[in-house]
Amino acid sequence: MNFQPLDFKANARKAMADPNLREALSRVQTNFSGRRAEAVARLPEFDQLRHDARAIKDHVLAHLDVYLERFEQKVVEAGGHVHWCRTPREARETILSLCRKVEAKTCTKGKSMIAEEIALNPFLAANGVQPIETDLGEYIIQLADEPPSHIIGPAVHKTKAQISDLFHEHHAKLGRTQRITDEQGLVNEAREILRQKYFDADVGITGANLLVAETGSSVIVTNEGNGDLTQTLPKMHIVIASLEKVVPTLEDACTILRVLARSATGQEFSVYTTFSTGPRRPDDVDGPGEYHVVLLDNGRSAMVGTVLGELLRCIRCGACMNHCPVYQSVGGHAYGWVYPGPIGAALDPHFIGIEAGQHLPQASTFCGRCEEVCPMQIPLPAIMRHWREQSFSARVTPPLQRYAIRLWAMAARRPALYRLGARLAMGALALAGRGRGRFARLPLAGGWTAGRDLPAPAGRTFQDQWRGARE
Amino acid sequence: MSAEPKTVALFVTCLVDLFRPSVGFAAVKLLEDAGCRVVVPAAQTCCGQPAYNSGDRGDAIAIARQVIEAFAGFTYVVAPSGSCAGMIRHHYPALFAGDDEMKSRADDLASRTHELTSFLTDVLGVNAVAAQFDGTATYHDACSGLRELSVKDQPRRLLASVAGLDLVPLPNAETCCGFGGTFCVKYPEISTDIVSRKTADIVATGAGTLLAGDLGCLMNMAGRLQREGHDVKVRHVAEVLAGMADGPAIGEPA
Repeated sequence: MNFQPLDFKANARKAMADPNLREALSRVQTNFSGRRAEAVARLPEFDQLRHDARAIKDHVLAHLDVYLERFEQKVVEAGGHVHWCRTPREARETILSLCRKVEAKTCTKGKSMIAEEIALNPFLAANGVQPIETDLGEYIIQLADEPPSHIIGPAVHKTKAQISDLFHEHHAKLGRTQRITDEQGLVNEAREILRQKYFDADVGITGANLLVAETGSSVIVTNEGNGDLTQTLPKMHIVIASLEKVVPTLEDACTILRVLARSATGQEFSVYTTFSTGPRRPDDVDGPGEYHVVLLDNGRSAMVGTVLGELLRCIRCGACMNHCPVYQSVGGHAYGWVYPGPIGAALDPHFIGIEAGQHLPQASTFCGRCEEVCPMQIPLPAIMRHWREQSFSARVTPPLQRYAIRLWAMAARRPALYRLGARLAMGALALAGRGRGRFARLPLAGGWTAGRDLPAPAGRTFQDQWRGARE
Repeated sequence: MSAEPKTVALFVTCLVDLFRPSVGFAAVKLLEDAGCRVVVPAAQTCCGQPAYNSGDRGDAIAIARQVIEAFAGFTYVVAPSGSCAGMIRHHYPALFAGDDEMKSRADDLASRTHELTSFLTDVLGVNAVAAQFDGTATYHDACSGLRELSVKDQPRRLLASVAGLDLVPLPNAETCCGFGGTFCVKYPEISTDIVSRKTADIVATGAGTLLAGDLGCLMNMAGRLQREGHDVKVRHVAEVLAGMADGPAIGEPA
C-alpha cells in the first residue's frame, strides 16, 4: 500500500468505502476520546497541569541549544554517545553504521514516529539489518506491510478479524497453524513469537517520549513492556529522537507525562514508564553495552521563532486525531504521510512542501476541537490557515477555487452592488425553488447537492425587506 | 427598563441575509423586546470568513476594514451567528497585527461584538423570553460559537423559558456537523460522511425539531436530514425564542 498526500481525495474516498476501516475507526471514539474525557473529569486541576506542561515546552524551545548541550554532556558522563543529525539521511546512515559496528543481523524496535519520519525500516532491511517491531500495533502493521495510521495506535485501522487473519497467514509458517480469534489469544501469540527475538537481536532501537537534560536520560512510555525488553537485552541501545523532546528536569518530565497519558489513552500514567541513562554499569544486572542517542533536526530548529514553532510543543499524544471529525471519517492512511490528523495537517507540509501537502491543511472544518483537547494548546487551525495562505499566495490552491473566492470577494467589497446582485440572484433562486423549498440538484452547486439538499432562499433578502419596511 | 434604549447594530450575516431573512427579523424582535433600538448598517455584506479560511488574506483584510468602518460608533454589534461574531472578535484583531491603528480599531470592534443569545443573557441579563413552541426540540452546539465564544448554556437557558417546548439533549452535541464553510463543497464526500453521523444522533433523540445558532450548520444538517428522508424540522434558535417559528422550516416549502 502506497498512499500519497496529493491523492488525499481519492485516498479518503477509498477509506470511506472500506467497511473494515469504518468498524475499526468507530472504536477510536470509545477507546480514546471517551477515556480522555473521563480522565480529565477525574482531575480538576487538569487545565493547570496543561498550562504548566505548556510553559515547560515554551521555556525549552526558547533555550533549546542550552538544554540540548546539557543533555549531551550528561549522556556522555553516563558513558553514552549523542549523534547530531541534520537530515533523515544522516540519521539513517548513523544508525546503520552503529548497527554494523556490532555486526547486527536483527534489531528489535520499540514504537517510534521519528523512525517512520526517516523511513528507517526499509533502509535497514535493504542494508542487511532486519528490523523487528515489538509494539503489538507496530508488529501487526509490519506483518501487513503498512504504515501506521495513528501516532499512538498504529494498527487502529485494523479490526480483530483482520488481525486474526494476518496472524494466521504469517504465523502458520512458524508452526502455529491454529487460527486464533480472541483478543488475549492474539496478544499471547505475538508475545510468544517475539520473546526469542528480543534475545537474538543485536541492537534495540527505541524512540523517546522525552529526553531529560538534567540526567541525560531518555524516557519511553508503553503499555506492553516491549520497550524495556527492546532496550535492555541487546548489546546496543539506540534512541532515535527529534531535538524538541528535551526537557530540563525529571520534575518537568513528570509534569508532561501526567498530561500525556491522560490526553492519549485516558490513563493516569502509562503502564510502563522507563528512564534509560547510559549503558550498563559494572554493577547493573542488565542493560545494553552501548547507549546512543541519534538526535534528529530535520528542519525543526528552523521552525523555532516562526508560526510553526508552536508545533514543537507537540508530545504526540494523538488527542487531536482522536477528536477530529475528518480523521474519524477517513482514518490515518488517507493523509498519505507520516503524521495524520490535525497535527499532520499542520506539520506535514513543513516536511513535504505545500505543493505535495496541499490537501492536508485544507481538509479541515476548522471546528477547533483539536486545539481544544491539545494538552500543549497548539493552535492547529491557525497553523493550517497559515498553510492555506501560503497555498493561496503561491497559487498552489487550484485556479477555480482561487477565482471563485476572488470573484465573491470582489462583490463582498462593494456593498451596493452586492445588495443588488443578491436581490436578483436570490429572487431567481427562490423562484426556481418554490414549491419544494429546496433543491436536490443545482448547476454549480454539485459539491453541496451531491450528499444533501440545498434549502431554497426565502426570496427577498433581509436587507431588501428591511430597507423597504423601515426606511 | 432604563429610559434610554440601547442601540444595537445588527450584523445580519450573509447567509441569513440571502437565505433566511426570518432569522434576522427574529433577532430584531428579540433585541427590541429586550428594550434595544436596532439599526442595520447598509454597508455590510459578509464577515470575510470565506476569504480568510481560503487563505485569501488580502480580501479578508479588505472586508474586515469595511465591516470595521460600517460598524464604527455603535456601542453594541450583534450577530445571529457564533461563527461570524467569532470571526470579528477573534480573527479581525489577528488580521491587523503590525498595523497599530487598524489593530486598535479591530480590538475596539471585537470588544463591542456579540453573538445573539450570549448578548441577550450575558450583556442584557435576559433570562426568559415570552414565546410558545409546542414540541420536542434538540440543540446542536455550532463549533465557532462554542469554542471561540463559549456559547453553550445561554441558548439553553433561554429555550428553557419557552412555553410548551421540551428540549432533549443531543448526543455528541459538541461534535462538528461537517459544514466547515467552503470545506463542505471542497470535500463534499467527507462533509457528507461527517453530517451523516450528526443526523444519526439527531434522529436518535426522537425530537421533531433541531435547533442551532448558525445558519451554515443548520442548512447543512437540514439538507442532509431531508436527503435521508427524515421528517425533522430545522430552525435557527432565534426563530423559536422570538416566537416566530410558524413559517416554513429550513428547506421546507412555503
